Amino acid sequence: MKHVIVGAGPAGVVAAEHLRKYDPQSEVLLLSGEPEPPYSRMAIPYYLIDQIEEKGTHLRKQQDHFRNSGIEVKTSAWVESVDAQGRRLNLKGGEQIGYDRLLLATGSRPVIPPIPGMDRDGVHTCWTLQDARGIVERAKPGAHVVLIGAGFIGCIILESLALRKTELTVVEQQNRMVPRMMDDTAGGLIKRWCESKGVSVHTSTKVEAVEAGNGEHPLSVKLDHGAHVPADLVIVAVGVQSNTEFLDGTGVKTVQGVLVDRHLQSSVRGIYAAGDVAQGLDFSTGEFSVHAVQPTAADHGRIAASNMAGRTQEFRGSVNMNVLDTLGLISSSFGLWMGVEGGDSVELHEPERFRYLNLQFQDDLLVGASALGLTEHVGVIRGLIQSKVRLRGWKQKLMDDPTRLMEAYLARTQAIGHNAPVLA
Amino acid sequence: MLKALKLEPEKCTGCLQCEMACSYENTGAFNPAKSRIKVFTFHEEGRFAPYTCTQCDEAWCMHSCPVEAIVVDMATGAKNVLEDVCVGCKVCTIACPFGTVNYEADSGKVIKCDLCGGDPWCAKACPTGAITYVDANETGMERMRAWAQQAPDTAPPRTNPPREKPINVYLSGQGGV
Repeated sequence: MKHVIVGAGPAGVVAAEHLRKYDPQSEVLLLSGEPEPPYSRMAIPYYLIDQIEEKGTHLRKQQDHFRNSGIEVKTSAWVESVDAQGRRLNLKGGEQIGYDRLLLATGSRPVIPPIPGMDRDGVHTCWTLQDARGIVERAKPGAHVVLIGAGFIGCIILESLALRKTELTVVEQQNRMVPRMMDDTAGGLIKRWCESKGVSVHTSTKVEAVEAGNGEHPLSVKLDHGAHVPADLVIVAVGVQSNTEFLDGTGVKTVQGVLVDRHLQSSVRGIYAAGDVAQGLDFSTGEFSVHAVQPTAADHGRIAASNMAGRTQEFRGSVNMNVLDTLGLISSSFGLWMGVEGGDSVELHEPERFRYLNLQFQDDLLVGASALGLTEHVGVIRGLIQSKVRLRGWKQKLMDDPTRLMEAYLARTQAIGHNAPVLA
Repeated sequence: MLKALKLEPEKCTGCLQCEMACSYENTGAFNPAKSRIKVFTFHEEGRFAPYTCTQCDEAWCMHSCPVEAIVVDMATGAKNVLEDVCVGCKVCTIACPFGTVNYEADSGKVIKCDLCGGDPWCAKACPTGAITYVDANETGMERMRAWAQQAPDTAPPRTNPPREKPINVYLSGQGGV
């Protein structure tokens, strides 16, 4: 049996290792389209602030880890097309590689918005290690940097750029920062926080063009309200899209990403998908969506590998979640944080302390939450959502004091209070 | 034989000796805010519950780490944070469904229970035996019981379990009881 994995990010690497474990007799080949060894994009922001070296981003740090585990890694191997009938990959340069089972872990790439000037020298995306090297080169202390997009990825880069002591301007088209993770209240608090740290933030603002600058700064960013912001570096982080183009003609069904069933198998038998490229089951909605976060990538990778090796395992769905540190203000969101129809919610809002907590319930189940400035035991929110623990009387207690999440979880799952004698 | 922390809330008096011992062992100062074990208070019931990482097999924290800063200690089974590798991204803090991995702003790293390398100070400091370090099989059993206990909440049982009934014994000549 020959397993081929396309893409060497976390989903691909986790899958390769689990395939090795589940199917020791098989051949496992991991293809990377980039010249680097397998690495984690999640670690790039920490490379940008010199907290880690480049090799700190590498996945699996022991020397020869892949060779010793019996996983063949091929770098600079760009898959141009798939011959699903003949079970063959066509690589750039003409090479062909056959497979028995194929895992698509090709992730996503940054979207380049249709704005004039995106091709100018000094306009960068921040996605690959190669991008990061270019940014390190230009984002020197005092450099004027304009960041287009204040979504999750934009905000992660924002922190790195501010810590590099650049003169930073952020432009976001929507009315608040991290609009897909935070509501108006919390997004507004993050904006105020960033401004208090010297970052200039324009929300509800569009970039009309990136033009040539004059004199000191080579670029000038034209905003829709008429202002021109001088820049030495422009970073584009307006969103990502799944890498699926090379699947044209294979019959693999794609919408947002590659549609996969509960076994992470695509519409074509023998072809699986995992991570950012996979549109898998959403635990909260029962629908299929792309959850581009590392915990989902790892879960996908493990379960896809199990099914590829013939050990049937069903994916129970991923809970959408994220955590973000914006210059020391920490935010997180989980599940259906915007709430459900007919549900209840409670909100704790302390703007002067930059604290916010919003819980969303359906009946007496917690189905979503968003938090700002709260980091203690936040993981239990995932636990409460995913284990569907009935809160009973604890729902009212949480309505009175939403910070008592840990107590609610313990009281409803452990031997405490009234149920202690039963368990003792 | 692997050992694990056994937590028995019904024995906890809320004295916080465990938090003191944990913080002292791990930071060199008595500071419950930096303890890896926490005692939760239930005022209305007058109860307390010590809680910390169960070193679960799934190890969501470990698998979610983008830089491999969480590793298994082969001797104890604990999932340990390598401080010099952790970049403080906090993904593990949202991945752990038990809420037992926490971010510490001072150090910019995450902290979690590491079983003190096989000699947990919380257990040694607990005066009432609410925290003990025992054979892992025993706590596994407890956990299964706890799970079984709350299972009816998501799927109510269809049958009633048999109950003990008082048996009336009638003795002839005494008119019964």
